[in-house]
Amino acid sequence: MTKVTMTVNGKSVSAETEGRTLLSSYLREGLGLTGTHIGCDTSQCGACVVHIDGVAVKSCSVFAQDVAGSKVTTIEGMANADGSLGVIQQAFQDHHGLQCGFCTPGMVMSSAALLANNPKPTEADVRHGLEGNICRCTGYHNIVKAVMAASGQDVAAVAAE
Amino acid sequence: MQNFDFVKPSSVAEAVAALAKSGAQALSGGQTLTPTMKQRLATPDVLVSLTGIAELKGVKQNGGVLWVGAATPHVQVAKEAAAVFAGLAGLAGGIGDPAVRNRGTIGGSIANNDPAACYPSAVLGSGATVITNKRRIAADDYFTGMFSTALAEGEIVTAVEFPIPKRSAYAKFNQPASRFALTGVFVSQATDGSVRVAVTGASNNGVFRWKAAEAALTANFSASALVGLTVDATDMIGDLHGTAAYRANLVKVMTGRAVTSSR
Repeated sequence: MTKVTMTVNGKSVSAETEGRTLLSSYLREGLGLTGTHIGCDTSQCGACVVHIDGVAVKSCSVFAQDVAGSKVTTIEGMANADGSLGVIQQAFQDHHGLQCGFCTPGMVMSSAALLANNPKPTEADVRHGLEGNICRCTGYHNIVKAVMAASGQDVAAVAAE
Repeated sequence: MQNFDFVKPSSVAEAVAALAKSGAQALSGGQTLTPTMKQRLATPDVLVSLTGIAELKGVKQNGGVLWVGAATPHVQVAKEAAAVFAGLAGLAGGIGDPAVRNRGTIGGSIANNDPAACYPSAVLGSGATVITNKRRIAADDYFTGMFSTALAEGEIVTAVEFPIPKRSAYAKFNQPASRFALTGVFVSQATDGSVRVAVTGASNNGVFRWKAAEAALTANFSASALVGLTVDATDMIGDLHGTAAYRANLVKVMTGRAVTSSR
Protein backbone atom coordinates (compact mmCIF):
# COMPACT_ATOMS: atom_id res chain seq x y z
CA MET A 1 0.00 0.00 0.00
CA THR A 2 1.17 3.51 -0.80
CA LYS A 3 -0.06 6.60 0.98
CA VAL A 4 -1.34 9.19 -1.49
CA THR A 5 -1.74 12.82 -0.47
CA MET A 6 -3.60 15.43 -2.45
CA THR A 7 -5.72 18.50 -1.87
CA VAL A 8 -9.42 17.77 -2.11
CA ASN A 9 -11.90 20.64 -1.90
CA GLY A 10 -9.20 22.83 -0.39
CA LYS A 11 -8.10 20.41 2.33
CA SER A 12 -4.95 18.32 2.37
CA VAL A 13 -6.00 14.69 2.63
CA SER A 14 -4.34 11.31 2.40
CA ALA A 15 -5.35 7.68 2.13
CA GLU A 16 -3.68 4.34 1.51
CA THR A 17 -3.83 3.08 -2.07
CA GLU A 18 -2.85 0.15 -4.23
CA GLY A 19 -1.48 0.75 -7.71
CA ARG A 20 -4.90 -0.08 -9.12
CA THR A 21 -6.83 2.30 -6.85
CA LEU A 22 -8.82 4.62 -9.08
CA LEU A 23 -9.34 8.24 -8.12
CA SER A 24 -13.07 7.50 -7.86
CA SER A 25 -12.37 4.74 -5.29
CA TYR A 26 -9.87 6.93 -3.45
CA LEU A 27 -12.51 9.64 -3.06
CA ARG A 28 -15.41 7.37 -2.17
CA GLU A 29 -13.75 4.63 -0.13
CA GLY A 30 -10.57 6.34 1.05
CA LEU A 31 -12.09 9.68 1.97
CA GLY A 32 -15.81 8.86 2.29
CA LEU A 33 -16.72 11.47 -0.33
CA THR A 34 -19.55 9.51 -1.91
CA GLY A 35 -20.96 12.44 -3.88
CA THR A 36 -18.79 11.34 -6.80
CA HIS A 37 -20.87 8.60 -8.39
CA ILE A 38 -19.71 5.57 -10.32
CA GLY A 39 -22.16 4.88 -13.12
CA CYS A 40 -20.68 2.81 -15.90
CA ASP A 41 -17.09 2.42 -14.64
CA THR A 42 -16.04 2.29 -18.30
CA SER A 43 -15.49 6.04 -18.84
CA GLN A 44 -18.65 6.42 -20.91
CA CYS A 45 -21.21 8.03 -18.60
CA GLY A 46 -19.53 10.95 -16.85
CA ALA A 47 -21.19 10.47 -13.44
CA CYS A 48 -17.74 10.40 -11.82
CA VAL A 49 -16.42 13.67 -13.28
CA VAL A 50 -14.30 15.72 -10.88
CA HIS A 51 -11.81 18.52 -11.49
CA ILE A 52 -8.09 17.82 -11.29
CA ASP A 53 -6.13 21.08 -11.16
CA GLY A 54 -9.19 22.81 -12.59
CA VAL A 55 -9.73 20.39 -15.46
CA ALA A 56 -12.75 18.06 -15.74
CA VAL A 57 -11.81 14.38 -15.86
CA LYS A 58 -13.53 11.06 -15.33
CA SER A 59 -12.26 9.91 -11.97
CA CYS A 60 -12.97 6.24 -12.78
CA SER A 61 -10.29 6.39 -15.49
CA VAL A 62 -7.46 7.97 -13.51
CA PHE A 63 -5.28 6.19 -10.97
CA ALA A 64 -5.01 7.87 -7.58
CA GLN A 65 -1.23 7.51 -7.54
CA ASP A 66 -1.03 9.30 -10.91
CA VAL A 67 -2.57 12.45 -9.47
CA ALA A 68 -0.85 12.51 -6.07
CA GLY A 69 -0.20 16.12 -5.07
CA SER A 70 -2.96 17.50 -7.32
CA LYS A 71 -5.78 19.83 -6.36
CA VAL A 72 -9.06 17.97 -6.78
CA THR A 73 -12.56 19.42 -6.58
CA THR A 74 -15.57 17.16 -6.15
CA ILE A 75 -19.29 17.86 -5.93
CA GLU A 76 -18.83 18.24 -2.16
CA GLY A 77 -16.66 21.27 -2.93
CA MET A 78 -19.30 23.05 -5.02
CA ALA A 79 -21.47 24.44 -2.22
CA ASN A 80 -20.93 27.91 -0.84
CA ALA A 81 -18.88 28.35 2.33
CA ASP A 82 -22.06 28.67 4.43
CA GLY A 83 -23.34 25.33 3.12
CA SER A 84 -25.93 26.80 0.75
CA LEU A 85 -26.03 25.55 -2.82
CA GLY A 86 -23.56 27.02 -5.30
CA VAL A 87 -24.83 28.90 -8.36
CA ILE A 88 -24.84 25.87 -10.64
CA GLN A 89 -26.36 23.58 -8.01
CA GLN A 90 -29.08 26.13 -7.30
CA ALA A 91 -29.84 26.45 -11.01
CA PHE A 92 -30.21 22.66 -11.25
CA GLN A 93 -32.73 22.81 -8.40
CA ASP A 94 -34.58 25.84 -9.77
CA HIS A 95 -34.95 24.36 -13.25
CA HIS A 96 -35.46 20.77 -12.13
CA GLY A 97 -32.27 19.73 -13.91
CA LEU A 98 -32.48 16.22 -12.50
CA GLN A 99 -34.86 13.33 -12.27
CA CYS A 100 -33.32 10.44 -10.33
CA GLY A 101 -30.25 12.57 -9.61
CA PHE A 102 -27.62 9.88 -10.14
CA CYS A 103 -25.87 11.72 -12.97
CA THR A 104 -26.16 15.12 -11.29
CA PRO A 105 -22.73 15.31 -9.59
CA GLY A 106 -20.98 14.69 -12.91
CA MET A 107 -23.35 17.05 -14.72
CA VAL A 108 -22.60 19.82 -12.24
CA MET A 109 -18.84 19.27 -12.41
CA SER A 110 -18.81 19.19 -16.23
CA SER A 111 -21.05 22.27 -16.30
CA ALA A 112 -18.71 24.13 -13.96
CA ALA A 113 -15.74 23.33 -16.20
CA LEU A 114 -17.73 24.35 -19.27
CA LEU A 115 -18.73 27.69 -17.75
CA ALA A 116 -15.20 28.39 -16.54
CA ASN A 117 -13.99 28.15 -20.16
CA ASN A 118 -17.07 29.68 -21.77
CA PRO A 119 -19.02 31.93 -19.37
CA LYS A 120 -21.84 32.72 -21.84
CA PRO A 121 -22.35 29.51 -23.82
CA THR A 122 -24.99 29.04 -26.46
CA GLU A 123 -27.46 26.19 -26.02
CA ALA A 124 -25.46 24.23 -28.61
CA ASP A 125 -22.24 24.85 -26.65
CA VAL A 126 -23.89 23.40 -23.55
CA ARG A 127 -25.16 20.33 -25.36
CA HIS A 128 -21.71 19.70 -26.90
CA GLY A 129 -19.99 20.46 -23.61
CA LEU A 130 -22.08 17.85 -21.79
CA GLU A 131 -21.59 15.24 -24.51
CA GLY A 132 -19.67 13.00 -22.11
CA ASN A 133 -22.37 13.02 -19.43
CA ILE A 134 -25.25 10.64 -19.84
CA CYS A 135 -28.60 11.10 -18.06
CA ARG A 136 -30.42 7.78 -18.19
CA CYS A 137 -33.68 9.54 -17.25
CA THR A 138 -33.12 11.63 -20.42
CA GLY A 139 -33.67 14.83 -18.46
CA TYR A 140 -31.45 16.80 -20.81
CA HIS A 141 -33.70 19.76 -21.62
CA ASN A 142 -33.89 20.92 -18.02
CA ILE A 143 -30.20 20.26 -17.47
CA VAL A 144 -29.40 22.52 -20.42
CA LYS A 145 -31.80 25.11 -19.03
CA ALA A 146 -30.09 24.96 -15.66
CA VAL A 147 -26.66 25.52 -17.19
CA MET A 148 -27.93 28.42 -19.28
CA ALA A 149 -29.53 29.92 -16.17
CA ALA A 150 -26.33 29.44 -14.17
CA SER A 151 -24.53 31.47 -16.84
CA GLY A 152 -26.98 34.33 -16.22
CA GLN A 153 -28.82 33.89 -19.52
CA ASP A 154 -32.52 33.88 -20.26
CA VAL A 155 -33.81 30.33 -20.44
CA ALA A 156 -37.29 31.09 -21.80
CA ALA A 157 -36.22 30.12 -25.33
CA VAL A 158 -34.18 27.03 -24.41
CA ALA A 159 -35.25 23.71 -25.94
CA ALA A 160 -38.63 22.29 -26.70
CA GLU A 161 -40.15 20.33 -23.84
CA MET B 1 -8.74 -5.12 -12.13
CA GLN B 2 -5.58 -6.97 -11.20
CA ASN B 3 -3.14 -5.07 -9.05
CA PHE B 4 0.21 -3.74 -10.27
CA ASP B 5 3.05 -1.52 -9.16
CA PHE B 6 2.60 2.09 -10.20
CA VAL B 7 5.63 4.18 -11.07
CA LYS B 8 5.74 7.77 -12.27
CA PRO B 9 9.12 8.76 -13.71
CA SER B 10 9.96 12.37 -14.46
CA SER B 11 12.16 11.83 -17.52
CA VAL B 12 12.08 9.71 -20.68
CA ALA B 13 15.32 8.00 -19.60
CA GLU B 14 13.76 6.92 -16.29
CA ALA B 15 10.62 5.76 -18.10
CA VAL B 16 12.65 3.66 -20.55
CA ALA B 17 14.50 2.07 -17.62
CA ALA B 18 11.22 1.32 -15.84
CA LEU B 19 9.72 -0.20 -18.98
CA ALA B 20 12.63 -2.63 -19.26
CA LYS B 21 11.15 -4.60 -16.35
CA SER B 22 9.17 -7.71 -17.12
CA GLY B 23 5.44 -7.07 -17.45
CA ALA B 24 5.85 -3.29 -17.62
CA GLN B 25 3.37 -1.22 -19.62
CA ALA B 26 3.41 2.49 -20.43
CA LEU B 27 0.39 4.58 -19.37
CA SER B 28 -0.36 7.93 -20.93
CA GLY B 29 -3.78 9.57 -20.45
CA GLY B 30 -5.34 6.20 -19.69
CA GLN B 31 -8.61 6.82 -21.49
CA THR B 32 -8.29 3.53 -23.34
CA LEU B 33 -5.85 1.55 -21.24
CA THR B 34 -7.71 1.97 -17.94
CA PRO B 35 -11.00 0.53 -19.26
CA THR B 36 -8.98 -2.19 -21.01
CA MET B 37 -7.35 -3.14 -17.71
CA LYS B 38 -10.73 -3.23 -15.96
CA GLN B 39 -11.79 -5.84 -18.49
CA ARG B 40 -8.52 -7.68 -17.84
CA LEU B 41 -7.62 -7.46 -21.49
CA ALA B 42 -4.37 -5.90 -20.24
CA THR B 43 -2.82 -7.10 -16.99
CA PRO B 44 0.51 -5.33 -16.51
CA ASP B 45 2.73 -6.04 -13.51
CA VAL B 46 4.14 -2.54 -13.58
CA LEU B 47 2.38 0.53 -14.92
CA VAL B 48 4.74 3.32 -15.97
CA SER B 49 2.96 6.66 -16.09
CA LEU B 50 4.21 9.10 -18.71
CA THR B 51 2.07 11.97 -17.39
CA GLY B 52 4.80 13.50 -15.21
CA ILE B 53 7.40 13.98 -17.96
CA ALA B 54 7.60 17.64 -18.96
CA GLU B 55 9.69 16.97 -22.09
CA LEU B 56 6.79 14.96 -23.59
CA LYS B 57 4.32 17.85 -23.50
CA GLY B 58 3.64 20.85 -25.69
CA VAL B 59 2.82 22.10 -29.17
CA LYS B 60 5.59 24.00 -30.97
CA GLN B 61 5.90 25.41 -34.47
CA ASN B 62 9.30 25.36 -36.15
CA GLY B 63 8.91 26.89 -39.60
CA GLY B 64 6.78 24.50 -41.62
CA VAL B 65 6.73 21.80 -38.94
CA LEU B 66 4.40 21.40 -35.99
CA TRP B 67 5.92 19.42 -33.10
CA VAL B 68 3.42 17.83 -30.73
CA GLY B 69 4.74 16.15 -27.60
CA ALA B 70 3.42 12.63 -27.13
CA ALA B 71 1.85 13.31 -23.72
CA THR B 72 0.02 16.44 -24.88
CA PRO B 73 -3.71 16.11 -24.22
CA HIS B 74 -6.19 16.50 -27.06
CA VAL B 75 -7.65 19.70 -25.57
CA GLN B 76 -4.28 21.42 -25.84
CA VAL B 77 -3.74 20.36 -29.46
CA ALA B 78 -7.26 21.53 -30.32
CA LYS B 79 -6.43 24.96 -28.96
CA GLU B 80 -2.78 25.47 -29.84
CA ALA B 81 -2.77 23.96 -33.34
CA ALA B 82 -5.89 25.83 -34.47
CA ALA B 83 -4.14 28.84 -36.01
CA VAL B 84 -1.70 26.89 -38.18
CA PHE B 85 -3.18 23.41 -38.72
CA ALA B 86 -6.98 23.48 -38.74
CA GLY B 87 -7.42 19.83 -39.68
CA LEU B 88 -5.36 18.58 -36.76
CA ALA B 89 -6.97 20.96 -34.28
CA GLY B 90 -10.43 20.03 -35.49
CA LEU B 91 -9.68 16.32 -35.15
CA ALA B 92 -8.28 16.75 -31.63
CA GLY B 93 -11.29 18.82 -30.59
CA GLY B 94 -13.71 16.12 -31.72
CA ILE B 95 -12.23 13.09 -29.96
CA GLY B 96 -14.50 11.50 -27.35
CA ASP B 97 -15.91 14.15 -25.07
CA PRO B 98 -14.46 17.07 -23.09
CA ALA B 99 -13.30 14.98 -20.11
CA VAL B 100 -11.62 12.45 -22.42
CA ARG B 101 -9.93 15.28 -24.33
CA ASN B 102 -8.59 16.72 -21.09
CA ARG B 103 -6.78 13.49 -20.31
CA GLY B 104 -6.18 11.48 -23.51
CA THR B 105 -2.97 12.06 -25.46
CA ILE B 106 -1.74 11.79 -29.03
CA GLY B 107 1.07 9.43 -28.06
CA GLY B 108 -1.32 7.09 -26.31
CA SER B 109 -3.64 7.09 -29.28
CA ILE B 110 -1.04 6.24 -31.89
CA ALA B 111 0.83 3.75 -29.69
CA ASN B 112 -2.43 1.81 -29.28
CA ASN B 113 -3.50 2.26 -32.94
CA ASP B 114 -7.13 1.38 -32.36
CA PRO B 115 -8.68 0.80 -35.81
CA ALA B 116 -11.37 3.40 -35.00
CA ALA B 117 -9.18 6.01 -33.29
CA CYS B 118 -9.00 9.47 -34.85
CA TYR B 119 -5.33 10.44 -34.47
CA PRO B 120 -3.77 7.74 -36.66
CA SER B 121 -5.56 9.27 -39.66
CA ALA B 122 -4.00 12.68 -39.01
CA VAL B 123 -0.52 11.22 -38.66
CA LEU B 124 -0.81 9.10 -41.81
CA GLY B 125 -2.92 11.64 -43.68
CA SER B 126 -0.38 14.41 -43.34
CA GLY B 127 2.76 12.31 -43.78
CA ALA B 128 3.96 13.03 -40.25
CA THR B 129 7.01 11.56 -38.55
CA VAL B 130 6.67 9.60 -35.30
CA ILE B 131 9.58 10.26 -32.97
CA THR B 132 10.51 7.73 -30.31
CA ASN B 133 13.24 7.50 -27.71
CA LYS B 134 15.24 5.54 -30.29
CA ARG B 135 14.45 6.78 -33.80
CA ARG B 136 12.26 8.66 -36.26
CA ILE B 137 9.61 6.62 -38.08
CA ALA B 138 7.72 7.83 -41.17
CA ALA B 139 3.96 7.49 -40.76
CA ASP B 140 3.84 5.18 -43.78
CA ASP B 141 6.10 2.73 -41.92
CA TYR B 142 4.62 3.21 -38.46
CA PHE B 143 1.07 1.82 -38.68
CA THR B 144 1.28 -1.90 -39.36
CA GLY B 145 -2.29 -3.09 -38.85
CA MET B 146 -5.07 -3.17 -36.28
CA PHE B 147 -3.59 -2.42 -32.81
CA SER B 148 -0.16 -2.90 -34.36
CA THR B 149 2.70 -0.45 -34.88
CA ALA B 150 6.40 -0.43 -35.71
CA LEU B 151 7.23 0.24 -32.05
CA ALA B 152 9.58 -2.25 -30.46
CA GLU B 153 9.16 -3.61 -26.94
CA GLY B 154 9.83 -0.83 -24.43
CA GLU B 155 10.04 1.89 -27.11
CA ILE B 156 8.21 5.11 -26.25
CA VAL B 157 6.66 7.61 -28.65
CA THR B 158 8.05 10.98 -27.55
CA ALA B 159 6.55 13.30 -30.17
CA VAL B 160 4.98 13.60 -33.59
CA GLU B 161 6.26 16.08 -36.17
CA PHE B 162 3.66 17.20 -38.68
CA PRO B 163 4.54 19.00 -41.90
CA ILE B 164 2.03 21.88 -41.83
CA PRO B 165 -0.16 21.48 -44.92
CA LYS B 166 -1.62 24.22 -47.09
CA ARG B 167 -5.08 23.05 -46.08
CA SER B 168 -6.60 20.08 -44.30
CA ALA B 169 -9.68 18.73 -42.56
CA TYR B 170 -10.91 15.69 -40.71
CA ALA B 171 -14.47 14.48 -41.26
CA LYS B 172 -15.77 11.91 -38.79
CA PHE B 173 -18.96 9.91 -38.89
CA ASN B 174 -19.45 9.32 -35.18
CA GLN B 175 -20.48 6.07 -33.62
CA PRO B 176 -22.77 7.94 -31.24
CA ALA B 177 -22.39 5.70 -28.17
CA SER B 178 -18.61 5.34 -28.14
CA ARG B 179 -17.85 8.59 -30.01
CA PHE B 180 -15.17 6.69 -31.92
CA ALA B 181 -15.14 7.01 -35.70
CA LEU B 182 -17.54 4.69 -37.48
CA THR B 183 -15.51 6.05 -40.37
CA GLY B 184 -13.26 9.10 -40.30
CA VAL B 185 -11.22 10.61 -43.11
CA PHE B 186 -8.29 13.01 -42.84
CA VAL B 187 -7.44 14.95 -45.98
CA SER B 188 -4.46 17.26 -46.40
CA GLN B 189 -3.04 19.19 -49.30
CA ALA B 190 0.67 19.88 -48.84
CA THR B 191 2.35 23.13 -49.84
CA ASP B 192 3.55 21.40 -53.05
CA GLY B 193 -0.06 20.56 -53.96
CA SER B 194 0.15 16.82 -53.26
CA VAL B 195 -2.81 15.35 -51.39
CA ARG B 196 -3.00 12.64 -48.76
CA VAL B 197 -6.19 10.86 -47.73
CA ALA B 198 -6.14 8.61 -44.65
CA VAL B 199 -9.12 6.59 -43.47
CA THR B 200 -9.81 5.32 -39.95
CA GLY B 201 -12.64 3.25 -38.51
CA ALA B 202 -13.38 1.44 -41.76
CA SER B 203 -10.76 -1.23 -42.38
CA ASN B 204 -9.94 -4.50 -40.68
CA ASN B 205 -6.30 -3.53 -41.19
CA GLY B 206 -6.57 -0.24 -39.31
CA VAL B 207 -5.83 3.18 -40.75
CA PHE B 208 -4.99 3.24 -44.47
CA ARG B 209 -4.36 5.65 -47.34
CA TRP B 210 -6.94 5.83 -50.12
CA LYS B 211 -4.47 6.33 -52.93
CA ALA B 212 -6.96 6.56 -55.80
CA ALA B 213 -8.55 9.54 -54.08
CA GLU B 214 -5.15 11.08 -53.43
CA ALA B 215 -4.35 11.00 -57.16
CA ALA B 216 -7.74 12.40 -58.13
CA LEU B 217 -7.57 15.18 -55.54
CA THR B 218 -3.99 16.09 -56.41
CA ALA B 219 -5.23 16.75 -59.96
CA ASN B 220 -8.39 18.54 -58.80
CA PHE B 221 -8.90 19.38 -55.11
CA SER B 222 -12.66 19.18 -55.13
CA ALA B 223 -15.25 16.69 -53.88
CA SER B 224 -16.39 16.36 -57.50
CA ALA B 225 -13.05 14.69 -58.30
CA LEU B 226 -14.24 11.66 -56.27
CA VAL B 227 -17.43 11.04 -58.26
CA GLY B 228 -16.10 8.23 -60.45
CA LEU B 229 -14.19 6.44 -57.66
CA THR B 230 -15.33 3.38 -55.76
CA VAL B 231 -14.01 1.85 -52.54
CA ASP B 232 -13.50 -1.90 -52.33
CA ALA B 233 -15.51 -3.29 -49.39
CA THR B 234 -13.51 -6.53 -49.16
CA ASP B 235 -11.38 -5.59 -46.14
CA MET B 236 -13.89 -3.25 -44.49
CA ILE B 237 -15.21 -3.77 -40.98
CA GLY B 238 -18.75 -5.11 -40.80
CA ASP B 239 -20.52 -5.10 -37.42
CA LEU B 240 -23.85 -4.23 -35.84
CA HIS B 241 -23.21 -0.53 -36.46
CA GLY B 242 -22.73 -0.89 -40.20
CA THR B 243 -21.92 -3.41 -42.93
CA ALA B 244 -18.67 -3.46 -44.86
CA ALA B 245 -20.47 -1.99 -47.88
CA TYR B 246 -21.89 0.80 -45.70
CA ARG B 247 -18.44 1.70 -44.43
CA ALA B 248 -16.98 1.57 -47.94
CA ASN B 249 -19.59 4.10 -49.00
CA LEU B 250 -18.88 6.22 -45.93
CA VAL B 251 -15.21 6.42 -46.93
CA LYS B 252 -16.19 8.23 -50.11
CA VAL B 253 -18.81 10.41 -48.44
CA MET B 254 -16.54 11.49 -45.59
CA THR B 255 -13.62 12.11 -47.97
CA GLY B 256 -15.83 14.50 -49.92
CA ARG B 257 -16.90 16.27 -46.73
CA ALA B 258 -13.29 16.60 -45.59
CA VAL B 259 -12.25 18.07 -48.95
CA THR B 260 -15.11 20.57 -48.89
CA SER B 261 -14.36 21.71 -45.35
CA SER B 262 -10.55 21.87 -45.77
CA ARG B 263 -8.94 25.10 -44.74
